Amino acid sequence: MSSDPRHKPRIGVFKFASCDGCQLSLLDAEDELLSVAGAVEIAYFPEASRAMEKGPYDIGLVEGSITTHHDAQRIQEVRRQCRTLITIGACATAGGIQALRNWKDVDEFIRVVYATPQFISTLKLSTPIAEHVPVDFELRGCPINKHQLLELITATLAGRKANVPSYSVCLECKRKANVCIAVARGIPCLGPVTQAGCGALCPSYDRGCYGCYGPMESPNTTSMTSQFRILGQTDTQIARAFRGFNAWAWQFRKASEECERT
Amino acid sequence: MTGRATKTIHVDTLARVEGEGSLYIKLVGERVADVKLKIYEPPRLFEAFLRGRHFSEAADITARICGICPIAYQMSAVHAIERALGVQINPQVRLLRRLFYCGEWIESHTLHVYMLHAPDFLGYADAIAMAKNHRAVVEKALRLKKIGNRIVQLLGGREIHPISAAVGGFYKVPTKRQLRELEDDLKWALEASLETVKWTAGLEFPDFEQDYEFVALRHPDEYPFNEGRLVSNRGLDIDTAEYEDHFAELHVKHSNALQSVVRGRGSYLVGPLARFNLNFDKLPETARQAAIDVRLQPPVKNVFRSIVVRAVELVFACAEALRVIREYEPPAAPRVEVHNRIGVGQAITEAPRGILYHRYALDDKGMIVTAKIVPPTSQNQKRIEDDLREYAAQLVAWPVEEATWKCEQAIRSYDPCISCATHFLKLIVDREKTDRRESDRQESKA
Repeated sequence: MSSDPRHKPRIGVFKFASCDGCQLSLLDAEDELLSVAGAVEIAYFPEASRAMEKGPYDIGLVEGSITTHHDAQRIQEVRRQCRTLITIGACATAGGIQALRNWKDVDEFIRVVYATPQFISTLKLSTPIAEHVPVDFELRGCPINKHQLLELITATLAGRKANVPSYSVCLECKRKANVCIAVARGIPCLGPVTQAGCGALCPSYDRGCYGCYGPMESPNTTSMTSQFRILGQTDTQIARAFRGFNAWAWQFRKASEECERT
Repeated sequence: MTGRATKTIHVDTLARVEGEGSLYIKLVGERVADVKLKIYEPPRLFEAFLRGRHFSEAADITARICGICPIAYQMSAVHAIERALGVQINPQVRLLRRLFYCGEWIESHTLHVYMLHAPDFLGYADAIAMAKNHRAVVEKALRLKKIGNRIVQLLGGREIHPISAAVGGFYKVPTKRQLRELEDDLKWALEASLETVKWTAGLEFPDFEQDYEFVALRHPDEYPFNEGRLVSNRGLDIDTAEYEDHFAELHVKHSNALQSVVRGRGSYLVGPLARFNLNFDKLPETARQAAIDVRLQPPVKNVFRSIVVRAVELVFACAEALRVIREYEPPAAPRVEVHNRIGVGQAITEAPRGILYHRYALDDKGMIVTAKIVPPTSQNQKRIEDDLREYAAQLVAWPVEEATWKCEQAIRSYDPCISCATHFLKLIVDREKTDRRESDRQESKA
């Protein structure tokens, strides 16, 4: 990325509201970690290191959604410090499971969890990073796929487009020669509207996809809803299926709200 | 320095813990005036949005509280719901769940011992810096960690947020042969864990013993994972369903995590030290002998030695995984049928960092009416503050930078998982001498 070949690209890892699982994927890349650490300078990664170097960073990896005033300001500063900003995971790309508050009264939520609600400061909505700052690439998944993350870092450093497909989970099932669990066994499965990347895990383990990679590039959610109805699902159940880890992704959000209206 | 000098230790963004938080310590002369472990992880409000979800979703949803120990969340969730529904699981499923937990302990303990905690003892900022001089050690750690992850991946599909745990069993169970394929790796892992015990026992430990109330599960026949009574070294011995009668959660202004106390007594300690001290006799021979060989025997009261105890638990987890693999016979069905009924169910399981309590009330349609979750870090949080109050007094004469690092090391002994407790630890060392403006602040947030 830099014109100076001696300059190692600097990476920063930033956390907002999340479970830490997506950034853990970097440490879970056991076979690659030491070579990655040789090729780049991991300048800011508090989960792994107490050496926290100041920016700017060539690549910023951002995990988590925005749920507080403080974080809404902090993401602006992170954006200023990062030449390329990549959001990782369902929280950062779609608001995460904590976006379920977006349809409810957040003050009531806080009263349920905390004895002294006035100590707690939080926003009414949990929103993805791209609603606050421009994002260069959104890597989907709850959690992300570590191989996709490594590919994305490599591609970004090489200045090429990352090979991260946006087609549906169905293609991964076909490639694994899985018998379609929705067709053959009548199990409701969000695979047709969900982006690939997990390796069609749930259908391979005899259960329906629950959409943790979020909407594929052109999801036909209307058709998905009618298929679910044919399989005997009520509209409440269908709305709940869309309202999971990527509930606030607009395609899933629209689909769940349509089910609620009927 | 005069006796009245005031200084403050303020660690802003505590590193190598999961989640976000800070530490604030105020010293007036030789006296520790104030200790606050602040957790500023934004609240995600799981207990609120679990209401109205189906019980079958609880394991998948609560796993997202923590990417480091998702299996703990899945296990506490399914066991609590099974209790509410009166479900008896197949003994082979029970074995597999122990194996699942072994995988998480191996992965999480290795991460903690080598990558989050050992760098403190050896004076490195992180494991990558440590690898420059100790490459073989870090490579061994990565291989060990990968073996833990391989178990989780086989049983659950992926390392983080696995997808196979279900109320009544699993969505899919492995074949005998698939488990056997792990055997060679696990034999290596057992040896590597035994070496880890020796290696960690050779580190230097601050002289710091405290009089703790240790709380852990205890089972009549085995080192605990998913079952047992909840016991302590101060006479607690209760059914897990009675947890809330004996423990209370306090909400303090400086933290988004609730702090737990034993009612009428105060702070307590959960996690490896507590398990080891209360269940030493239940460790398999290899693990017990490994501990004795390095002169580690209960009661261990120095929290810095928890790194050695974690290594002993690594030995246990590898030995236990090998036992399960040898005994396993696939059950007739991956899970038993479950039927809706109105009820309440509680469960406690042993997350790598200590006990994790879940309670669910279900309606006749299988929907969650209320949920309560008490993670290990909020249970240890008050204990960490109490430790720091004692420990900081020993550090009065130390330079700020070193005192800060020592405090961080003490906190990391607990392996706090702050995203579980709700976000990241922020540690600030603010040393004031006679002039407030001399304060030496470390602002490390980006």
